[in-house]
Amino acid sequence: MIPVMNSEKPIIIVKDLVKKFDSFVANDHLTFEVKQGEIFGFLGANGAGKTTAIRILCGLSSPTSGQISVAGFDAYHQADKIKKNIGYMSQKFSLYEDLTVVENIRLYGGIYGISRKEINVRTQELVEKLGIAAVQNKLIKDLPLGWRQKLAFSVAVFHHPKIVFLDEPTGGVDPITRRQFWDMIYEAAHEGITVFVTTHYMDEAEYCDRVSIMVDGKIVALDTPANLKTTFGVQSINEVFLKLARN
Amino acid sequence: MKGFIIKEFYHIFRDFRTLIILFGIPVVQLMLFGFVVTNEIKDAKIAIYDQSKDQVTQKITQKLLSSGYFLLDKNIKNYSEIESCFKEGNIKEVIVFESDFARKLEKEGKANMQLIADASDPNTANLLVNYTRAIINNYVAEMAPQAKIPLQIIPQVRMQYNPNLKGVFMFVPGIMAMLLMLISAMLTSISITREKELGTMEILLVSPLRPIQIIVGKVLPYVLLSFVNAVIILLIGNFIFEVPIQGSIILLLAESVLFIMVALSLGILISTLTNSQQVAMMISLVALMLPTILLSGFIFPIENMPVVLQALCQFMPPKWFITIIKSIMLKGVGLGYIWKETLVLVIMMSVFILLSVRKFKVRLE
Amino acid sequence: MNAISVKVDKLSKNYGKVKALQDISFSVNKGELFGFIGPDGAGKTTLFRILTTLLIPDQGFASVEQLDVVKDFKKIRRKVGYMPGKFSLYQDLTVEENLKFFASIFQTTIAENYHLIKDIYQQIEPFKNRLAGKLSGGMKQKLALSCALIHKPDVLFLDEPTTGVDAVSRKEFWEMLRKLKESGITILVSTPYMDEASLCDRVALMQKGSIMSIDTPSNIIEQFDLKIFAIKSEDMYHLIRDLREYPDARSVFLFGQYIHYTDKSVEFVETKIQKYLLEKGHKNIEIVPIKANIEDCFMELMSKNENIN
Repeated sequence: MIPVMNSEKPIIIVKDLVKKFDSFVANDHLTFEVKQGEIFGFLGANGAGKTTAIRILCGLSSPTSGQISVAGFDAYHQADKIKKNIGYMSQKFSLYEDLTVVENIRLYGGIYGISRKEINVRTQELVEKLGIAAVQNKLIKDLPLGWRQKLAFSVAVFHHPKIVFLDEPTGGVDPITRRQFWDMIYEAAHEGITVFVTTHYMDEAEYCDRVSIMVDGKIVALDTPANLKTTFGVQSINEVFLKLARN
Repeated sequence: MKGFIIKEFYHIFRDFRTLIILFGIPVVQLMLFGFVVTNEIKDAKIAIYDQSKDQVTQKITQKLLSSGYFLLDKNIKNYSEIESCFKEGNIKEVIVFESDFARKLEKEGKANMQLIADASDPNTANLLVNYTRAIINNYVAEMAPQAKIPLQIIPQVRMQYNPNLKGVFMFVPGIMAMLLMLISAMLTSISITREKELGTMEILLVSPLRPIQIIVGKVLPYVLLSFVNAVIILLIGNFIFEVPIQGSIILLLAESVLFIMVALSLGILISTLTNSQQVAMMISLVALMLPTILLSGFIFPIENMPVVLQALCQFMPPKWFITIIKSIMLKGVGLGYIWKETLVLVIMMSVFILLSVRKFKVRLE
Repeated sequence: MNAISVKVDKLSKNYGKVKALQDISFSVNKGELFGFIGPDGAGKTTLFRILTTLLIPDQGFASVEQLDVVKDFKKIRRKVGYMPGKFSLYQDLTVEENLKFFASIFQTTIAENYHLIKDIYQQIEPFKNRLAGKLSGGMKQKLALSCALIHKPDVLFLDEPTTGVDAVSRKEFWEMLRKLKESGITILVSTPYMDEASLCDRVALMQKGSIMSIDTPSNIIEQFDLKIFAIKSEDMYHLIRDLREYPDARSVFLFGQYIHYTDKSVEFVETKIQKYLLEKGHKNIEIVPIKANIEDCFMELMSKNENIN
């Protein structure tokens, strides 16, 4: 289950991560590594412990025990340094609805310490790339859902973080927009940003370089999508998941 | 950091509700407090029992009435009328001059008066008596230079219904009104809006249940629980604070149930105004609690407020309920004296229920 | 002879400027398992709320079991079962208390219709004294379904019952729905998951308030008249780029480990693309003709719609 070591140092190193809430063990001795520039899929049923693990990796919560290093920083003592080097986006919250597109970009740029001048430069680039010049001064709540998700992702990587964490980013969105979103993910990965993504869409798992599947707080499978399908003798990640979850 | 602060300002100015809270409420509160919180007396209704009707008593009477503090409501002719004056509730003080007042004062230098105050509101009663005394002393001081012998008018003071001027006599009815209003109205409105927020209201609507069934089903437990609350408050008031229950306990409980129903129907009405529990709670607190404390006569007498506010007070259910409760508990009146106030509560309840049923949405829009 | 259970004729509904439903017409037969497939904003929830009499349409009309949704709403409310999104149950009541409550407001008892929900309820019966709020997503689903069925409705409306639930529970849920068909209940389900379309008798593909297509899943696939290929190479990122830049490319979409490709010309020949990709430096190229699936059809219809608008 432990992947083959790359010659480059992994950007996320997790060894025996345990997280307990009173006596309930949410994460049970998780061990895995994520390579730089990888698109890493983190799958599992609701309640399997995914959200708990992500929060720890983002520096939002402390582990009970185990070694965790994210972007070279230790999760116990350097959580604030971790936060400076990562981006985060989730389905539940992305951008402030009663601010405009540009206001949101400036806000997050400012939070991550980018200079005013640099923010303006990158904002222009972003507006051109997404083709949103016409709506850049509209309130987020007046934009369709698909645009919001794509914008949220752009804002999450605006400060060129080393890793971006995406928590079910494509829920409820139409299939074309979903794919456009994944285009953006591919591009970010191509530019060297490591992408750590969770999703309920099993076909999206296939877009990842490697996938891990959690059941009841443990990682029960971790490999490339192709290898997983071969190992379990099935045609899709969906079926891999079904086989694992049923046992 | 700066960007974050700017963002917060955007949020505030773009949210109408926050603006109302920031600016609207403090202004309203200040205005209310300014006008309501006053310890001065103005136009208090009194009755005079003048057994002499001579020059002196008329002079004193004139002084009293021209002071601006008092308004003559009635001239009464015998002692038995005093009781009914108070029971009717308008008259706050009865001033009694003994017979042969002027002659006794001239010949003996002493004449007797009685000041009987309705001490179911002990603060007001105290103030009234003190003002009266001050005016009387003033008269004596004026007359002193011309008098042949030292003059003395020391009135005998009686605090009716509350001889020891216990504040708790006023608080218990007020607190009962406030608690019942808060609990019944707020909890009912929260309970109904919670169903809307959770989405279970949708399922209830798409069922054979009629709206009236949904409302009654939600409200009935609160009626029973509020009633238990009311009984507890009365017991504590009576046994621990020795607030008397002079009148009929059955009548007292019946009126309490009526008020509970008014509060509940208000709660239902509030729940038709919003889909959010938080907003329902806020409306209950601001629109109900504040007026209950300030505008019901609980702490600050209504008669001392500007006319506009006095008119507003008439629309407050707690105002009528407190009058009813005080009358029954402290003055021992029967339905005969408080049927008007009771009728007002019945009308209020009917109006609220009618409005609620009409506004209760059978659909989601 | 199949009677019609739900009939909708030129239905429209606006929220201010937003056109939630635009001129929708369709009918559902008795005992049919009918799916509404589409993303958020397609109008599925609005449609269900109109059919369950919770909203009034702006234009057009609809009937459920031959009863008008506006005029006869009280009668309809006795006959339908409704499961809105978010599993609206009473979190602080137990499983059994929830079921008893919903039975009582329909003036029936659990015992009376137990046979209907037996297969579903048996899976959560061991937990019948647990608070509904403490159940997992899959179990909440089963409880909500039981509560909607307990009064033996003629028509069942399920609004996104599988959203946010893991793949295993989703599969089990649809198995339960197929079994329910045997009781003759008409079932209307909405879902954003395209792969669930194949489990329905007929589906309506919805997008932005319109129905793009209504038919059996296999007919919809048959109607996809373009040749579609699955293409793969070692460098997927550049593959997408290069295919998009290919002058004859009509549609290029990621689909798991492959790219689904359609060409502008009818007489498409694989070798042409192969040559192009080889020139671009791709290795291990795979080009396989495939049959379209529902998602391919959906995206094709979406693109057509957007080009027209």
